Amino acid sequence: MNNAVLSIHDVHKSFAGLHALSNINLDIRESESHAIIGPNGAGKSTLLNVCVGRLAPTRGTVLFDGTELTGKHPFEINQLGVARVFQTPEIFEDLTVIENVMIPMFSRRDRSFGLNIHSRFDEQTEIQSESVQVLADLGLGDHLAHLTNSLSRGDKRRLELAMCLVQHPKLLLLDEPTAGMARADTNATIELLKRIKATGITIVIIEHDMHVVFSLADRITVLAGGTIIAQGTPDEIKGNPKVVEAYLGEETV
Amino acid sequence: MFGISKINDIMLLVAFAAIILAGPIILEPIGASYPDLLQKFAIFGIFAIGFNILFGLTGYLSFGHAAFLGVGSYAAVWSFKLLSMNAIPAIAIAVVLSGLFALAIGYVSLRRAGIYFSILTLAFAQMSYNLAYSVLTPITNGETGLRVLRTDPRYLDVMFGADVGAAQPTTNFFGIEMTGWPGFYFCGIVLIAAFAFSIVIFRSPFGMTLRAIKSNQNRMGYTGFNSRPYLMSAFIISGMYAGLAGSLLAVTDPLAGAERMQWTASGEVVLMTILGGAGTLLGPVLGAGIIKYFENIFSAFNESVLNSLFEFMPEDVRHVVVEVAGLFVGDGWHLTLGVLFMIVVIFLPGGLMEGAMRVLRIKHSPKVTNIGKSPQRDIVGEGAIEENLDDRVRTAPARSKPTG
Ligand SMILES: Nc1ncnc2c1ncn2[C@@H]1O[C@H](COP(=O)(O)OP(=O)(O)O)[C@@H](O)[C@H]1O
Ligand SMILES: [Mg+2]
Repeated sequence: MNNAVLSIHDVHKSFAGLHALSNINLDIRESESHAIIGPNGAGKSTLLNVCVGRLAPTRGTVLFDGTELTGKHPFEINQLGVARVFQTPEIFEDLTVIENVMIPMFSRRDRSFGLNIHSRFDEQTEIQSESVQVLADLGLGDHLAHLTNSLSRGDKRRLELAMCLVQHPKLLLLDEPTAGMARADTNATIELLKRIKATGITIVIIEHDMHVVFSLADRITVLAGGTIIAQGTPDEIKGNPKVVEAYLGEETV
Repeated sequence: MFGISKINDIMLLVAFAAIILAGPIILEPIGASYPDLLQKFAIFGIFAIGFNILFGLTGYLSFGHAAFLGVGSYAAVWSFKLLSMNAIPAIAIAVVLSGLFALAIGYVSLRRAGIYFSILTLAFAQMSYNLAYSVLTPITNGETGLRVLRTDPRYLDVMFGADVGAAQPTTNFFGIEMTGWPGFYFCGIVLIAAFAFSIVIFRSPFGMTLRAIKSNQNRMGYTGFNSRPYLMSAFIISGMYAGLAGSLLAVTDPLAGAERMQWTASGEVVLMTILGGAGTLLGPVLGAGIIKYFENIFSAFNESVLNSLFEFMPEDVRHVVVEVAGLFVGDGWHLTLGVLFMIVVIFLPGGLMEGAMRVLRIKHSPKVTNIGKSPQRDIVGEGAIEENLDDRVRTAPARSKPTG
């Protein structure tokens, strides 16, 4: 398959004898929404950590758009066009909501360094108006001047998503974007992700909520105990007895 | 949207300048209106403003900033000896040299964060201090300290036809002698410029980036930022501020000694910044002023002053009171400083600026829970609104839950 945006090849990761990932081979295709599911501790987050440079794989390679990612710093990987939402929101807690979104936009503009002291941040009209636009779009329009530590968990996740979106990434990695959300919030997030998907961006989503998975995913990979036990379209996965046994049976809502 | 604006900041700067320039009048009632002390306020204010650009914005706590102060002083005195008694070349050389020095120390120290960074900077400063006393004696003149002599060459002064060697030379600014009130006004104007530049940094995208690094350096990586060059820039800028302050110490008193680089001096600027409010614009200047003022007042007290102060008390009681109070004054004034510092850290971790904010706007001021986790907002131009404190309490434990 040559239209793979992200190819994970023979990746292993062990923590002091614990094999969190073994022999992972996975291709993410251009513009698809690919869900990764599996029980807690299956190694899903670890896989994303290897992709964004937070962890170095014990063995194996990860290619993005033909570029080798292993050994690169997280900032270099991000600059190639990979953005990630974490399982525990990683935002700037001491900054206001709009400042949180302006920072990634400065990154997009200045790449890795810019000694921008000749202008004021409150007078960057272009960057501000785009930030306001995106935040309003994600339902955070009322919180622009609030410190982020006053936001609800769902709002924090949406904010982190906004921070990724303003970077216009090619690949968006989402780690349980609806965990801990109320039903209505989850549904709003599904609608939002559908809109993002429609822009043609490639998405990898780790998700426990099967309703979310089946509303969004083009393909699904099932992880258990650090290995891939199944892969296919949503219909194939639904009917796969191994998956039902390992995971779906106990978790379907 | 941000609660700040250019107009606000210009007003802040104008008010600041007015207060500094009127300092001799304003500080008259508290007995601080003499040039030597006011110069110190200004110089250490500059030192603390620079320190705050590093510590207040990035959260990197340097314990070695006195090294840059020392480098600035030595560089300035050498400029007086070799080039000219004019303050300008001395300041220029001091700022450039301390910047280069900061580049070298920062290059190594910034490879680590947190306590390791602090220890590396402390180690470098102590190393500089010891070197100044030992192998670098030809440059620093060791324990005697570096001073200007009548016989120094002063090539620039000679070139411009000054009568070098006629009398004991004094520092000057194009002919204006840098002693007494002119000395204070010179330092005061430099302080105003230093303050203005710190406003520029605080309000720039660069400053916002530094605050983001302080808030979550991890996220900066996943946002495409290489934090290192930003931290280096902040470190160098704050080192240059320290060098500037060091050179002004030499301008007002052309003598440089290694004790200026000692760890106590590094610790003092940390206290000033935290006492006033790290991450705020005004806090560091306030902290510097208060510490230098108390140092001056309390260290001058002695037993006879205390005795006359408590004269109204009966003999026996007075004896005890004077005995106890005596611990806190004179050489013991550091005890006073320690107590003051503890009170602030425990009750006002955001420093005096946080206290002022609480008084002026009780509800909407962000509560500071940790030193260094500053509100990063001043009274003037406060922009952030923090609501739903209950909500935060509710979600806080959830955030620390281990995640699978
Ligand atoms: N940094 C780490 N150090 C040690 N063990 C880890 C680390 N990260 C993950 N693990 C372990 O690897 C396994 C997979 O974890 P993770 O990828 O987070 O699972 P999940 O599929 O729930 O996201 C778990 O057993 C976890 O304890
Ligand atoms: Mg996980």
